[in-house]
Amino acid sequence: MAKRSAPEVNAGSMADIAFLLLIFFLVTTTIETDQGINRKLPPIEDVTDPPEIKMKNIFTVLVNKNDQLLVEDNVMELSELREAAIAFLDNGGDGSCTYCKGEKDPASSDNPDKAIISLQNDAETSYKAYISVQNELVAAYYFLRDRECKAKYGKTFRELEAMFEDPKTTEGVRLRIEPLIKDIQTMFPQKLSEAEPKK
Amino acid sequence: MSKFKKKKGSQTPEISTASLPDIVFMLLFFFMVATVMRDNDLLLQNALPKADQVTKLEKKDRVMFIYAGKPHERYQSRFGSGDKIQLNDRLSEVSDIRNFVLAERASRNPELEKVLTTALKVDKDTKMGIIGDVKQELRKIEQYKVNYTTQKGSVLE
Repeated sequence: MAKRSAPEVNAGSMADIAFLLLIFFLVTTTIETDQGINRKLPPIEDVTDPPEIKMKNIFTVLVNKNDQLLVEDNVMELSELREAAIAFLDNGGDGSCTYCKGEKDPASSDNPDKAIISLQNDAETSYKAYISVQNELVAAYYFLRDRECKAKYGKTFRELEAMFEDPKTTEGVRLRIEPLIKDIQTMFPQKLSEAEPKK
Repeated sequence: MSKFKKKKGSQTPEISTASLPDIVFMLLFFFMVATVMRDNDLLLQNALPKADQVTKLEKKDRVMFIYAGKPHERYQSRFGSGDKIQLNDRLSEVSDIRNFVLAERASRNPELEKVLTTALKVDKDTKMGIIGDVKQELRKIEQYKVNYTTQKGSVLE
């Protein structure tokens, strides 16, 4: 009895293991969905008589061909842009904005309704820099909207939006939250203007 | 002597193959679930930029895609290394966008025409010049809803 034949492995439970793995992968994998920043392009219209806008109500952001930022005539790092945009939008210089918590600096924007962010990029600007700037500016709007929405309705603006977009939300709930979204949007309207790139 | 021989023969028992189908099916199911169907072959480099203020693009029937970027390395000898745009499965000019959008609109449900979104899948190293042209072209045909498709991540890196 120097060598003994190896006993056969019971393969009956193999199927169970296989199904266990299958179910594990089924649960954990998510099919990749695309995501990105939604924007709306402005219609082409010939404005013969452009409305007069005070310089202090415009927050200019320039991106040059080396992807450097010039914000309100000062060189700025991307990491500071969000703060600067929030300070500008939330300023409430003329006192008509009751919910603004800014510094009420008379040299900055009058109220969120009048405040316009103007973004201009060069034809040589990289897409990455452009998206980064867009992202920071959109984030500034979301920050303020979230803050007001939380104070007024106890939910962030993003949560309301997600609820509104969710196909599982019932029509009744949707009708109820639509005016809330509209309300917050009028408190901080997204006035982000993009100049056509300089050739 | 014969007894000794018999023992030698049964030393390597056969491995049971009864579970092989299960394993194969498991793999099959896994790949079925995990694969994302790609409608068109990409001829361009397409490393998307990162952003964190993103919205999901859920409904595929309301989206059309415009790709932009440099041609893929293996196609650069044919198409050059400048920024190009791709519609469906071929490289196109900016002026082709008009017909592309009209064709996409016609192929969709008429109710969805209003909510049709253009997803711009642009390589992060693309210059803004061509993107500006694309946007201008989209404005001309009143296709205002756009989505700059990104990867999720921080912009500050």
